[in-house]
Amino acid sequence: MSNTRQADAHGRWRAPIVFLLIAALFMLEGTTRNALFSGSWNSALAILNMGLISAVMALGVNMQWGYAGLFNTGVVGFLALGALGPVLVSTAPVQGAWSAGGLRVLLALAVGLGTLALATQVWKRVKAPLSFILIPLVLLVGCVLYRFLFDPAVMAIEANNSASAGNIGGLGLPVLLSWPVGALFAAAAAWGVGKVALGLRSDYLAIATLGIGEIIVAVLRNEEWLARGVKNMSGIPRPVPYELDLQNNAGFVAKAAAWGMDPATASAIWVKLLYAGLFGTVLLGLILLAELALKSPWGRMMRAIRDNETAAAAMGKNIKGRHLQIFVIGSAVIGLAGAMMVTLDGLLSPGGFNPLRYTFLVWVMVIVGGSGNNWGSVLGAVLIWFLWIKAEVWGPELMNLVTMPLPEGALRQHLLDSAPHMRFVAMGLTLLLVLRFAPRGLVPEK
Amino acid sequence: MAEPYLSASAMRGGYGKADILNGCTLTVDQGQIAVIVGPNGAGKSTAMKAVFGMLNLREGAVKLGGEDITRLTPQERVHKGMGFVPQTHNIFPTMTVEENLEMGAFIRTDDYRETIEQVYHLFPAVADKRKQNAGELSGGQRQQVAVGRALMTKPRLLMLDEPTAGVSPIVMDELFDRIIEVARTGISILMVEQNARQALEIADIGYVLVQGANRYTDSGKALMADPEVRRTFLGG
Amino acid sequence: MDFLNALVAILNFVVIPAAAYGAQLALGALGVTLIYGILRFSNFAHGDTMAFGTGLVILVTWGLQALGISLGPLPVALLALPIGIALCSAFVLGTDRVVYRFYRKKKSDSIIMVMASVGVMFVMNGLTRLLIGVDEIRFDDGARFLISVQDFKAWTGLTEGLALRLSQALTLVVTALCCWALFRFLNKSRSGKAMRAYADNEDLALLSGIDPERIVRLTWIIATALAVTAGTLYGLDKSFKAFNYFQILLPIFAAAIVGGLGSPIGAVAGGFIVAFSEVAVTYPWKKIATYLGFQPEGLLQLLSTEYKFAVSFVILIVVLLFRPTGLFRGKAY
Repeated sequence: MSNTRQADAHGRWRAPIVFLLIAALFMLEGTTRNALFSGSWNSALAILNMGLISAVMALGVNMQWGYAGLFNTGVVGFLALGALGPVLVSTAPVQGAWSAGGLRVLLALAVGLGTLALATQVWKRVKAPLSFILIPLVLLVGCVLYRFLFDPAVMAIEANNSASAGNIGGLGLPVLLSWPVGALFAAAAAWGVGKVALGLRSDYLAIATLGIGEIIVAVLRNEEWLARGVKNMSGIPRPVPYELDLQNNAGFVAKAAAWGMDPATASAIWVKLLYAGLFGTVLLGLILLAELALKSPWGRMMRAIRDNETAAAAMGKNIKGRHLQIFVIGSAVIGLAGAMMVTLDGLLSPGGFNPLRYTFLVWVMVIVGGSGNNWGSVLGAVLIWFLWIKAEVWGPELMNLVTMPLPEGALRQHLLDSAPHMRFVAMGLTLLLVLRFAPRGLVPEK
Repeated sequence: MAEPYLSASAMRGGYGKADILNGCTLTVDQGQIAVIVGPNGAGKSTAMKAVFGMLNLREGAVKLGGEDITRLTPQERVHKGMGFVPQTHNIFPTMTVEENLEMGAFIRTDDYRETIEQVYHLFPAVADKRKQNAGELSGGQRQQVAVGRALMTKPRLLMLDEPTAGVSPIVMDELFDRIIEVARTGISILMVEQNARQALEIADIGYVLVQGANRYTDSGKALMADPEVRRTFLGG
Repeated sequence: MDFLNALVAILNFVVIPAAAYGAQLALGALGVTLIYGILRFSNFAHGDTMAFGTGLVILVTWGLQALGISLGPLPVALLALPIGIALCSAFVLGTDRVVYRFYRKKKSDSIIMVMASVGVMFVMNGLTRLLIGVDEIRFDDGARFLISVQDFKAWTGLTEGLALRLSQALTLVVTALCCWALFRFLNKSRSGKAMRAYADNEDLALLSGIDPERIVRLTWIIATALAVTAGTLYGLDKSFKAFNYFQILLPIFAAAIVGGLGSPIGAVAGGFIVAFSEVAVTYPWKKIATYLGFQPEGLLQLLSTEYKFAVSFVILIVVLLFRPTGLFRGKAY
């Protein structure tokens, strides 16, 4: 990373060029219909929206990596926690769920956390031989009490209308309000992991976050009382109108006709444009904040710590404390992206939280974009997301071309069938090539 | 006069742009003990590393037994008969004493058991601990293992970078006695020392370096007797 | 009698599965720890190396089966294993040549190497998908049981049965052989000692004339051989599914860290510690408690099996908090 310091003379043209390239790709996707592009604005905007959310994720990862050199491999977990925000805050309340066991679950969780806190206090205050007996005792009693409260409460909640609900339900609040809540969930988890794994070797944070990521996803898959687990949680409210409502709105249909579009397409595009505006605003706001922070004394200190930890420590900077701060903030941004993602999908589907897709692909975005540079990460995110989606189409097309000379048969069929998987190889190669030949990324740090 | 076994003449060079060595010359005869002393930052260790090829020279030449070895890598110099004991990190801590010696003999293809016995004979204290991990030994014993490891290639010239750094005075005397014994077997010794007085006492030839260049060169005894050297470098 | 039944149940449901799983983790963790000791980074591609190598073994197995080759009661995969190891090693050596060597020469920060290993992980993951797909594959042939429940019950007259699957016995035997060979190699052979020397003190190893590139190649080959063996045994024991091999990375890392990164004996111990904890915590003890005369209400299962990774994670956290160098004092931190 130390070689990512100064930008070369052409540096300031890089961001606009990458931006134009991305714009051109989206134009092609929106207008040109051939083997490579769909020629549908609906598809282009769908890619763009998820691209903007990916950009928020990349921004969070870039804060941790680019500002502080922290390798977070649990992005998927923080994302999933953020996704929990809209589910718990803005879905409609489930009749009878709270009375069935809501308070008892909260109490049980409080007992669980209290046990951990008590054990920590015992560890800190009680001397060695006694604490070896006392700590397991505290943990055992706490665990038994927790299970005693938790299990029946969960059973009760899950038994409540289990076919269509069985979960604790939301508060029915506006969905935009749930985004910061999602960020807060992710931040809390990051604080816990960071407290333990920061200040050790840099690989340890990577391994510990890999673990917490897996566990959070497992929790979301299995705790049906929380968000219905693998049964999926649908019906997350939208901050924008529904397509059907628009199609039934005479005014909208008239406007669409004036543009020469049928109401179905027009409504789909309009909704996506609204989302794009919303996500774009959030993204720009975050970039603005991040840039201001980076230029502040705090940001200078962060970069000083990243570039030379020993020297910064010698100057009396609390490195572990700063790292914890940036780790929590970065994870909060990732959590925010998670909340935005489920809002866009209108659906929480924990089965789809795949670390390759949500952790490591985000890493490719950051490295390709230019670690340490916010604009770089954002552009990298949109570009890589576009390529990731299109590679699923391009892979088979390419394979078709390559295997043309092969006779029809099992081998050719196998190659054609598995072609969509080629994008994993392509992403890996992209990461390796950028890391090796352009370690500062497409838009290097200033 | 016959050519000295090691002759490093007019060495100039450094790690970056600035030179640390400014025309430093070192020679050691067969079986001689040569000691480099001087103030901090005089380039003592750098001079030795230059002799061993761990630093590229801009000028000057290193000859060993009449052969020019200036362009050889450290590993190749080991083949030519040089042994080097670094100041720190000079043993394999989680390997036994015996394994340390075996690793010292890694480049040898012949039977080296005899050499191991010779090393044990020289350092009876570590011979008793041959099955122990070297990292568990005391500081002085570790230095003995380190020297023993370097002796495993049967070098003709043994270079020691501050062998007594951080050991107690008694251990230091013991170590110097061993080094004299090594020299008696005909091995030339080139040594950088912080404990200048004690080192010069056993030195056949002493080099006082200042700012990467020779300031005084004489026998150890003569340097000790020189009032100027005593006052400036040996603290009176 | 009930006490014996309880004992048999513990053996059958806890000890045997945990021992087999622990052996598989140990082999994986040995590879991670060797790479850490010599190349000084945590290899995130290790799980996918296992998957890729096992994929190759399965393909070779199918080929051999198509030729009508059989090993009688033993799975043909055993015959395919050396070929799979050779192919996978060749690939891994290729990645070292084109990826890691560059950063090694530059003496890059270890986190950059970790990042590069993520790139390699992606590539190997994709190749595994191309090679063999993402579906679950069973490739065990030959006999299934060494001891079956019915036989055991008939022999002993106990109500509780005990089964020892061939794949489990095979895992333990192969792991024991691998460990024996590895430790003999590291402690007795010239190359093995050179590897330890290089891990101990790189500069001094260079001074002693040890060729670092040779050591690195040797390390990759050994780590890959262990990884492919672990992957094949895991696949024979459970089944092959590429994603499971990615997930097993966490317990493997936990095992290596518990033992002390860089310590081979620690990796083996760590593998068994993680496996036994995982199985003990996720096993419902009700049956055994009943045999012992208790009448428990619940299942007595501390954690449902979906959360088995939490066990690795908690062990990891405890070690990081209290003893970051691990039980056997690895060289981390």
